[in-house]
Amino acid sequence: MAHIRQPELKTSPKVSDEIRHTTCYMCACRCGINVHLQDGKVKYIEGNRDHPINKGVLCAKGSAGIMQHYSPARLSAPMKRVGERGAGEFETISWEEAFEIATGWLAPLREKHPEKLAFFTGRDQSQSLTSWWAQSFGTPNYAAHGGFCSVNMAAAGIYTMGGAFWEFGTPDWDRTKLLMIFGVAEDHDSNPIKMGLGKLKERGVKVIGVNPVRTGYNAIADEWVGITPGTDGLFILALIHELLRAGKIDLDYLARYTNAPFLLNGDKNSPEYGLFLRDKDDKPLILDRKTGKPVAFDKPGIKADLAGSYKVKNIVHKPVFDQLANKYLSDEYAPVAVAERCGIEVKTIKRIAAELAHVAFEQEITIDQPWTDWKGQKHDKMVGRPVSFHAMRGISAHSNGFQTCRALHVLQILLGSVEVPGGFRFKPSYPKPAEAHPKPHSGVTPNGPLDGPHLGFVHGPDDLMLNDDGSPARIDKAFTWENPMSSHGLMHMVISNAHAGDPYKIDTLFMYMANMSWNSSMNSTKVMDMLTDKDESGEYVIPRIIYSDAYSSEMVAFADLILPDTTYLERHDCISLLDRPICEADAMADSIRWPVVEPDRDVRAFQTVLLDLGARLNLPGMVEDDGSPKYSDYADYIQNHQRRPGVGPLAGFRGKDGKGKGRGEPNPNQIDAYIKNGGFWIDHIPKEAAYFKPWNNAYQDWAVSRGLYDTPQPYVFQLYVEPMRKFQLAAEGHGERQPPEHLREQIKQSMQPLPTWWAPFEESVVDVEEFPLHALTQRPAAMYHSWGSQNAWLRQIHGTNPLYVSGEVFEEHGFEEGDWAWLTSRHAKIKIPVVRMDALNAKTVWTWNAIGKRSGAWALDENAPEAKKGFLLNHLISELLPPKKDGMRWSNSDPITGQAAWFDLRVKIEKAEPGDQTSKPQTAPQKSPVGKGPKNLTYGEVF
Amino acid sequence: MTSLPKSTDRRLGLLIDLDTCVGCHACVISCKEWNTSNYGAPLSDMDAYGEQPVGTFLNRVHTYEIKEPEAPAQIVHFPKSCLHCQDAPCVTVCPTGASYKRSEDGIVLVNEADCIGCGLCAWACPYGAREMDAEAGVMKKCTLCVDRIYNENIPEEDREPACVRTCPAGARHFGDFDDPNSNVSLMSAARGGIELMKEQGTKPTNRYLPPRPKSDIESQSQIDMPIPFLEPVSGAKGFIGWLDKALEKI
Repeated sequence: MAHIRQPELKTSPKVSDEIRHTTCYMCACRCGINVHLQDGKVKYIEGNRDHPINKGVLCAKGSAGIMQHYSPARLSAPMKRVGERGAGEFETISWEEAFEIATGWLAPLREKHPEKLAFFTGRDQSQSLTSWWAQSFGTPNYAAHGGFCSVNMAAAGIYTMGGAFWEFGTPDWDRTKLLMIFGVAEDHDSNPIKMGLGKLKERGVKVIGVNPVRTGYNAIADEWVGITPGTDGLFILALIHELLRAGKIDLDYLARYTNAPFLLNGDKNSPEYGLFLRDKDDKPLILDRKTGKPVAFDKPGIKADLAGSYKVKNIVHKPVFDQLANKYLSDEYAPVAVAERCGIEVKTIKRIAAELAHVAFEQEITIDQPWTDWKGQKHDKMVGRPVSFHAMRGISAHSNGFQTCRALHVLQILLGSVEVPGGFRFKPSYPKPAEAHPKPHSGVTPNGPLDGPHLGFVHGPDDLMLNDDGSPARIDKAFTWENPMSSHGLMHMVISNAHAGDPYKIDTLFMYMANMSWNSSMNSTKVMDMLTDKDESGEYVIPRIIYSDAYSSEMVAFADLILPDTTYLERHDCISLLDRPICEADAMADSIRWPVVEPDRDVRAFQTVLLDLGARLNLPGMVEDDGSPKYSDYADYIQNHQRRPGVGPLAGFRGKDGKGKGRGEPNPNQIDAYIKNGGFWIDHIPKEAAYFKPWNNAYQDWAVSRGLYDTPQPYVFQLYVEPMRKFQLAAEGHGERQPPEHLREQIKQSMQPLPTWWAPFEESVVDVEEFPLHALTQRPAAMYHSWGSQNAWLRQIHGTNPLYVSGEVFEEHGFEEGDWAWLTSRHAKIKIPVVRMDALNAKTVWTWNAIGKRSGAWALDENAPEAKKGFLLNHLISELLPPKKDGMRWSNSDPITGQAAWFDLRVKIEKAEPGDQTSKPQTAPQKSPVGKGPKNLTYGEVF
Repeated sequence: MTSLPKSTDRRLGLLIDLDTCVGCHACVISCKEWNTSNYGAPLSDMDAYGEQPVGTFLNRVHTYEIKEPEAPAQIVHFPKSCLHCQDAPCVTVCPTGASYKRSEDGIVLVNEADCIGCGLCAWACPYGAREMDAEAGVMKKCTLCVDRIYNENIPEEDREPACVRTCPAGARHFGDFDDPNSNVSLMSAARGGIELMKEQGTKPTNRYLPPRPKSDIESQSQIDMPIPFLEPVSGAKGFIGWLDKALEKI
């Protein structure tokens, strides 16, 4: 036996020289991080305990930030293309030359045709800057990635209730007694949901997970509903049917806080059929139950009627609620009518409806907190219905996604569980009704700025972005009859439309952080062809491409000019309330990034480059009167730019004394103040303002004082979305602005002002017998939104992505472990490895998204598993539906918002011949401009 | 052969809640990140950007699918690291004394200066919780962040293993299993903390809290929430009649 003399152990080793607090950028969660530095190098990254988002915790991506920061795939200098597009052959150039090239291309465009610049950014967290830049340039062609991500969720939420899930709101984790999640993979958002689920587990609260795939959050849910993809809307409407039938709805809530009592014109021949009856001040009218008379909906002291009718000029007007009840009480939505289609048993639908009703109405919770509502009525307590919901891309990335998301919000509202204790809560700057958002703009003036913000919310046909001849004003055809409410644009259509010259040709495609030749496009193979396609004169069909990225991504190979970005630890950023906020339900908050380490390469923060480029192009707001640059860099802009007087990118520490909250003059020491405060700023909402925010005077006043609004904006929830009815009316022939004939029927069907359901479009264009399976992707928790998979640590967790196949399909096809299969859609065919998974809807196959990489990208070995065994489902998905012989290109999107219908995909599977175990298609390797990563790593050896 | 201490003053270990673990791998990477720069040799990554990347990890999350008749298949995420056994076979098998169990807190460590990389301990460990570092040629294992939990250079609230501090769902807990009133002892007692592969006789310190029964198993859902299906509103006038009456009550 060896002697048990314990060695001397140093249990208090030095941890680091210094800790710097900044904001993570390994996904869109934006957690606070403590970056430990030693000898000027990043030694350790942990969560910031004081930070409102993550309260100290950090996910796998966040901890792997070191590997991202020191990645060998980092670009090191500006480059111009010297080989053919797509090959990856570049020459290093100076920044001066890069700016000369860019201004040489862009200045003449601005002079004559600003719209010939299409500027699209990806998972950009500086959209308030990038959109402002594009507006100053004067092109109507700007958007970020929302159109291919989750605009259905965002737009449905805002149109319905002035806010949506995730960044806009959150379940009341501390009080809810039942949580139901729909289509939520392990993302959006990441740490707050995990923390929230942890809290629910501690309290023994039931979680119901509705998702065809049982992983992650759904794996720990107490009940899993393995729904058939694309049928969530139908399931939700069946729950509504059950609740209505049993009278398990919150009538008081509906009468007070929603447009349920609004009177609708019931005359089928009227040009106002289905619109609200309004008074002379244009206010919608409701019936006062006490007097039976119509009154403005916001009149104090009335008792809104949800039944009854009112006749004016021989036209019968009935409340919205009447139409709603009639619609959803119909047998069409009975559990028995939907069960088979949804793949959920009747008794399960009925039981879940009963559970929702039980918790909402039998387990009501009360907080002894007086508050005053928008009509001046005082309430001595806050009463809540503790049922909460969360949903994400699984329900929104379908061609019926908008209506499905709306259906879910209507369910929440009928239960009276929005903005109440235990329900769903908004995070400032939400609630904010659609009317308080800008409308879209596309007015071009050569050599001048656009006539307003690009993106926004339309309220009827007049707000569409159409030219005088009815043609689309935007390259992505956002805000047209094809997809009228496309609030986030349609990034996934840009390359396809630019290549087709439909609606017009562009000159320069300028993109940032958007891997559009690969995992961020539908139809990746074809998109690569479009990017490299040449016309008869031998010129590229899309003449010029400028791209900014920090890494050697797939998209880099297709650009003509590369503007290398820094890593997230090397630059300033602001997580601004003007953009996508990081607030909590009880507080407003924003945060910064700052260079906790300096770049060691000839790279510059993209936002600084954009401001520099803007100044060189003489863009309004970016130059002084004498033509000199207004901002020296992004940090200067963050501190000194004012969007409205006293309101700028950062809300905290405003004013010369640094005490301004939300409002105040620019503070020259603002960024320092953020750094001293841990990289963020937070301001708590007063207790009397914590709930009922849309109707709570204390909240409205607080929001005005903090610059979230300029005047109080109380509003009611829109069960019935009148703007949608206006589009239907146009399709029915009313009004000046008329849809083209081929879209009339689509508008009538899709723009229904009460949520409805239709089968995903793909099902109507393919033979479902031939393509019997649904195919989905999900982001893994350890890889979601990390901008690349060159990360040496994370690629050991997710270096390949098999296709998970249900036990039923696995057996039917005689698969065995290690088998490969051909997966075929109406559009393409790919070869992939298969793995059996039984915790999966029987008619569904799925894989992890964006794990597959192009050979030669990301400084990986050309034979890296990501390239040889990993794959993208994207190849199978076309951005267009099959031709309908009408000469039109029908996009594979939601017909309301234009959101990419990723999850409509139908496929068939067959066993591949044994032998070759390489995924197909294999795109020819791209030449790496940064070489290959080192062989072995021993990170931390130097410390 | 190396001997174990007859007893330890404390019995520090992890309590891992399998009902709450979502399998996000946060603990895996935080562990790697802390430990590659701290105790002993770095945790290397061989062929880091190549065809077959293989690195050393002290903690890994495994995912299992559980299929029972008449119930939907379940997924369980199972994080696994050294369980700091009381009768640790990895220690007794060590020919040099490099593997040892600390008498003050029961943490099992490898003194890398004495490790000859023979790998016997990894063979002896029934849990597969040790990994030989290919670059350094020494055996690596969970240290329970012995260089964090007593570290006076970090705030007291952070003196816990990196995996516990980072876990977003709060599925990992750290404490003294010898103290019946510690957080880990109380939770383990309340929820039936499981000793992994008890039959091996290694007396592991770490415990796992089992997943709670799922309510999607129909029979159990009735126990969970004994409520009947909803009945349609009653009365001759059906929904409209109900609505009228209900509105009067508001």
